Amino acid sequence: MRRIITMTVNNRPGVLNRITGLFTKRHYNIESITVGHTETEGVSRMTFVVNVEDERTAEQITKQLNKQIDVLKVNDITDQAIVARELALIKVSVTPALRQEIYTLIEPFRASIVDVSRDSLVVQVTGEPEKVEALIDLLKPYGIKEVARTGTTAFTRGSQKTAASYKTAFII
Amino acid sequence: MANMKVEEKRAQKTKMSGALMLIEALKAENVEVIFGYPGGAVLPIYDKLYSSGVFHVLTRHEQGAIHAAEGYARISGKPGVVIATSGPGATNIVTGLTDAMIDSLPLVVFTGQVASNVIGSDAFQEADVVGITMPITKHNYQVRDIQELPKIIKEAFHIATTGRPGPVLIDIPKDMTTMEGEFDYEQEIHLPGYQPTIHPNHLQIRKLVEAVSQAKKPVILAGAGVLHANASKELQQYAEQQHIPVIHTLLGLGGFPADHPLFLGMAGMHGTYTANMALYECDLLINIGARFDDRVTGNLKYFAPNATVAHIDIDPAEIGKNVPTKIPIVSDAKEALKELIHQEGKPADTTAWLAQLNEWKKQFPLYYKNDVQTIKPQKLIEMIYEFTNGEAIITTDVGQHQMWAAQYYKFNKPHRWVTSGGLGTMGFGLPAAIGAQLADKNATVISIVGDGGFQMTLQELSVIRELNLPIKVIIVNNQSLGMVRQWQEIFYEKRYSHSLIPNQPDFVKLAEAYNMKGFRAKTEAEACEILKQAFSLDEPVLLDFHVTADENVYPMVAPGKGLHEMVGVKPCDESLQ
Ligand SMILES: Cc1ncc(C[n+]2csc(CCOP(=O)(O)OP(=O)(O)O)c2C)c(N)n1
Ligand SMILES: [Mg+2]
Repeated sequence: MRRIITMTVNNRPGVLNRITGLFTKRHYNIESITVGHTETEGVSRMTFVVNVEDERTAEQITKQLNKQIDVLKVNDITDQAIVARELALIKVSVTPALRQEIYTLIEPFRASIVDVSRDSLVVQVTGEPEKVEALIDLLKPYGIKEVARTGTTAFTRGSQKTAASYKTAFII
Repeated sequence: MANMKVEEKRAQKTKMSGALMLIEALKAENVEVIFGYPGGAVLPIYDKLYSSGVFHVLTRHEQGAIHAAEGYARISGKPGVVIATSGPGATNIVTGLTDAMIDSLPLVVFTGQVASNVIGSDAFQEADVVGITMPITKHNYQVRDIQELPKIIKEAFHIATTGRPGPVLIDIPKDMTTMEGEFDYEQEIHLPGYQPTIHPNHLQIRKLVEAVSQAKKPVILAGAGVLHANASKELQQYAEQQHIPVIHTLLGLGGFPADHPLFLGMAGMHGTYTANMALYECDLLINIGARFDDRVTGNLKYFAPNATVAHIDIDPAEIGKNVPTKIPIVSDAKEALKELIHQEGKPADTTAWLAQLNEWKKQFPLYYKNDVQTIKPQKLIEMIYEFTNGEAIITTDVGQHQMWAAQYYKFNKPHRWVTSGGLGTMGFGLPAAIGAQLADKNATVISIVGDGGFQMTLQELSVIRELNLPIKVIIVNNQSLGMVRQWQEIFYEKRYSHSLIPNQPDFVKLAEAYNMKGFRAKTEAEACEILKQAFSLDEPVLLDFHVTADENVYPMVAPGKGLHEMVGVKPCDESLQ
């Protein structure tokens, strides 16, 4: 099953290495990782999409991540109301004659053309991973030269900061 | 008074080199001994050590240093401190770090590193020690700013010794040891990402009390967590109050008195029949500070199939990791036991259960067939037990002798047992004894080692001699890598591939080379004689016991089997022939 895990970490040298090392050591399968700064200086935010076999493994992941000293907060937000977005750049082979067709096709996706050359163009799309997937599928028949995807970044909806932090609210 | 404090503070804020900061920090942490080995990258540190008054033990290999630190930590409960140089010095401690990590021993380890400006250039004796040791330390650091050094050291000691203990490594580039900075060791530790839970949740405690009152066949499985928390007294009080029998893991031995009527022995692969059957039959399993290692549980499919499982552990990640747990209690073992003892609740009615267990104990005790013409290794351990009134500190190496020591030396007191559990590190026993003896100078320390593993770290005899530590080194010499030989006998049709070593060196002569007394015995009478001699000497002694070479460790739960599927339980068991 697919889990989306977000966490805040101390922005220290090697911290990404620590986390990915942990995933490798325990045989957790990473689908994507995104990392970036947060509103707080020295604190970075990571979003992982991982594939796990069962609930127990999902629980183990958050627990093991929490044991890292540089990890401040871990949340498995899969089952919460969340905003999850990904950006993709898709380079499509296309002759000038077919350009208009592509424009029409990507419109409902609110995607845009960010680069045009004689025999190709680059489409930029943001949205939930499923939407990105769908657009890539639609563009396939034209011939996709290259795809670059950022992976999912996410947090919970609403005004409150992400709920239940393991580190401060460990009740068991 | 007040004046002095201000003065002290000012003194602490004076500028000094990184090397001196390290020494000052060790003093501030009341470190009484460090184990290490010098080299280029740590020369400035060793230079400051020279006149520091800090007691440093020069082992003959870095692996010896770190195992000695582990032995010291296991007995004293205090962090073991290690220094190694960059590159090969640092890679030589990798085994020890892994060992300490899996067995939860507090260590603070300093490694030298090449100078900051050449890091990453594959410089002489450069190794990515932070990268290498990331998965085998509780935490690690590389010093990049001299101003951070005091804070890092302070954090390292804090992290190593609190929560679930473990090794913390600090990698120090050489220029950081000579560069000067302000030494402020008064600062508060601020680690928002590290807040171990010490006190149990009340609701979960009540659930356990409720479960105990309903249980007919409860059992406690107590691991080293009880020892780390110094909770032996509380464990005994709780077990007696609730009439619950107690089983130990290998590392837990001594947490509960072995001669107590409620004690069932050790669990697992070479555990007692009664302990393993109790785990199989119980209806309530209370795990206190053990991590359900596979050597303890056997095949998980058959593990405690009818039990409600409660698990008290300071590390939340251990709870539910291997065994589904109904009552999770994240807590220090002592705090949880104190809570439990003070709860109102009906103790379990275990009369019938205890009668059943006692019957098993009587019917299926640990068993071996003695032969006075030779030395049976089990008999040897029993003799050592008798000679020392069961009060010695025992360190072991890994293999058959380790299991026999665990089975036949009855530990009635905590903190007397030093062995490599989770990693099963051959070469551990001898250096660990050095640390153990330094942690408890008045104790009788016995290092029980195999003829194989002894040769992995025997160079540390030098240290034992040099410091005149009255350690008794006992070689259980079966002229083989016994435990490997046993598996080959049972699972590989007696094809003894590279496990028989009939031409071991003359260990008595070896002892002489190290300028210590050495004795050899080949029969039970001789064994008795040389033990008597050795224990009358207040100096290091090496004893080489030629034991029966084809003895196997039983009972045994074969890999993949459930705990109830032990073989070699009864005398003359068919499967033993
Ligand atoms: C460093 C290391 N290498 C290999 C092993 C695998 N191993 C486990 S027990 C054993 C045999 C040990 O022989 P010895 O020290 O003579 O002890 P015995 O079993 O004979 O008592 C071996 C090779 C190990 N545990 N550690
Ligand atoms: Mg041997």
